[in-house]
Amino acid sequence: MPRLKSVEELETFRAGLLAARDARRPCLTVCAGSGCTAAGAHDVLDGLRKELARHGLEKTIDVKSTGCHGFCERGPLMIVWPEGTFYNQVTASDAKTIVDSVSNGHVPVEKLLYRDPVTGQRVVREEEVPFYARQQRVLFGNNGRIDPKNIEDYLNVGGYRALGHALTTMEPGQIVDAVTRSGLRGRGGAGFPTGVKWRVCRTNPAPRYLICNGDEGDPGAFMDRSLLEGNPHSVVEGMIIGAFALEVQEAYVYVRAEYPLACEHLRAAIDQAEEYGLLGDDILGTGMKLHIHVVKGAGAFVCGEETALIASIEGRVGEPAPRPPYPAQKGLWGRPTIINNVKTWASVPVIINRGPEWYANIGTEKSKGTMVFSLVGKINNTGLVEVPMGITLREMIYDIGGGIPGGKELKAIQIGGPSGGCIPASLIDLPIDYERLTEAGSMMGSGGMVVMDENTCMVDVARYFMEFLEDESCGQCFPCRKGTQRMRQILTRICAGNGVEEDLPLLEDLGWLMKQASLCALGQTAANPVLTTLRYFRDEYLAHIRERCCPAKVCRELIFYEIEPTLCDGCHACVHVCAGQGILGEKGKVHTIDRAKCTRCGACLEVCQPKAVRVGTGELVCQN
Amino acid sequence: MTETELQQADSILGQFNDRRANLIAILQDIQERFYYLPQEVLARVARKLRIPLTDVYQVATFYRCFSLVPRGRHQVQVCMGTACHVRGAPRVLDRILTDLRLAEPGTTRDRQFTVLTVRCVGCCGLAPVVRVDNHTHPHLTQAKVRGVLNRYRLKPAAEAASEETGDRDATAQVG
Repeated sequence: MPRLKSVEELETFRAGLLAARDARRPCLTVCAGSGCTAAGAHDVLDGLRKELARHGLEKTIDVKSTGCHGFCERGPLMIVWPEGTFYNQVTASDAKTIVDSVSNGHVPVEKLLYRDPVTGQRVVREEEVPFYARQQRVLFGNNGRIDPKNIEDYLNVGGYRALGHALTTMEPGQIVDAVTRSGLRGRGGAGFPTGVKWRVCRTNPAPRYLICNGDEGDPGAFMDRSLLEGNPHSVVEGMIIGAFALEVQEAYVYVRAEYPLACEHLRAAIDQAEEYGLLGDDILGTGMKLHIHVVKGAGAFVCGEETALIASIEGRVGEPAPRPPYPAQKGLWGRPTIINNVKTWASVPVIINRGPEWYANIGTEKSKGTMVFSLVGKINNTGLVEVPMGITLREMIYDIGGGIPGGKELKAIQIGGPSGGCIPASLIDLPIDYERLTEAGSMMGSGGMVVMDENTCMVDVARYFMEFLEDESCGQCFPCRKGTQRMRQILTRICAGNGVEEDLPLLEDLGWLMKQASLCALGQTAANPVLTTLRYFRDEYLAHIRERCCPAKVCRELIFYEIEPTLCDGCHACVHVCAGQGILGEKGKVHTIDRAKCTRCGACLEVCQPKAVRVGTGELVCQN
Repeated sequence: MTETELQQADSILGQFNDRRANLIAILQDIQERFYYLPQEVLARVARKLRIPLTDVYQVATFYRCFSLVPRGRHQVQVCMGTACHVRGAPRVLDRILTDLRLAEPGTTRDRQFTVLTVRCVGCCGLAPVVRVDNHTHPHLTQAKVRGVLNRYRLKPAAEAASEETGDRDATAQVG
């Protein structure tokens, strides 16, 4: 393998790679992201390899495992190139059919094609699937094409071209200017203009450090993971360009411990980049020096906060420090430090390649570019979605997400993780950008978007987040430590039907106080889930308090189960799963539930085929 | 701890220099090897980095990855992320605890299982999920729980042979 000593050598090498590639050669790419892997992608890969070997085709047809395509709901996913035929929900037993079809002139396998649930039509190519049709995949577009562990795949799709361009034709200050003009804002949550942050850092004396924040702690968000797993070189390239602009020689990537595959792919990418002379002591023969270290987190949500993250890299407990001084002034080991999110770094090569004006053309007046959301919860098409800023929630939920399963009503969308808030269904036409979300009481956060339907209890959701934050509060400052605890206690009381109406203004007071007095963003935003649910779903709180009723039928203390005798066929399935021997009745005869023994676990409801089990709350009894 | 285990711990320590910044990485390697942080080893870590033992404990008790008590043979990580929560994770957790006769997350008496709740494993599309060791089980329901756990349970040889009914459906399992 060559060590590239100049930008010309890089381009010659790339040209050689492209020339050696036979564009007509079939290639089967299988998504091996976390979702598809859990759904059996590796069995599919093994099956395909065995099948090719059996036919002696392993030399003529390639098999490749790639990063996440985003459409996790329908995994395992695969694409047959060069045609671009998109298959979903593939299993190992489909391997033979697929290989046969590819070797016989490639007629698409009908049953593996995506079927549009509305029209019933089969769709052949990925971009024709409604889930993808409305997306603009600037950062994630290459995930399905490249093998993340092979740098040559990344070079084949134009990788490291931006780096070469920056090193040879741009001054460091010009890069900062380009990033500023692109309007790029920090993708980690707060949305601070990246260019401005870089400029501040540059005015402070060297040595400076650079950090990539991959401590994606928000539950319900996994886009940083997918990018690090699926296209780690794009992040590395962005960091090298950033290091050139900020004249930095040491950089760190902080990755969550829960993401072992991301660490592995990132380390492999860094090693390969060094081997090729794109990273290390003499980058592309320009004399530029940069070493990137991977630091594995140890499981603390608060370490996503930049000062806590710095403390963690230094080997200390992740306790945030007061700002100012900001890390750009005084950060890692007391030196000026730039911390940006994974997606922010990955956006840098795009801005250099396509120009800041192109980038600034996407999005709204103040929020530029694309944003990656993880669309999860009660939604038909769960997965990762990359869309231009300013798209409405309606387009996200119905056009891309395919609506709510089981024909249920949309109730709320929780955006931005524990620091964000719940946006009610009535605001469905809200365009998504930093400002609009903040006005609605939520925030962009890391882009986690959890969809909730009529069966989600908003008080329970508020309690869930408060429990999370109480547990994850570092305990350093009193308003956050005690505030999250008190709020959780009050919410638990309300969920149990023991709340009083005075609790609601008390929650609002506490929330206001925590916002004003907490040391870091964790505490300052901790009350958001409670405040937004109080703002938009006050009736639901009142139902818990006044009528001891949980309208969504979630809060255990407020619900009961019963069996509708006319529907029960006496199959006994519920008796087997009952956690507390609470179901009476002989096989073949109508069963009844003994409410005194019932633990309200809901297992009977899950298994009841004739749908005879019903949930009630307060005075209501409804079929679920 | 046995002599060999202490030697293993020393060889882990030998891979690092004495910079304090290495503390978390050292503890991670020890945790990975022993599944917990033995007291004797923590004292050695403090000596090596020339920092007070309380500093080591401060870090060891702050981060979720570390455990000061031994863990079981199989780690059952129940994802409690938002997507899993709204799709029923709390009930799946309860069912796992009942099944393993635990009052709360922790280690079973036979040290076969340690149940942990984790924040988000990033498989929100497959919610609710449970990760046992390195295997992710998607779309769990209460009815599937026993089947999943059975795959990891120590069982008499005859039963082990007729495995593989897996977690397909509840009625077949428990009937």
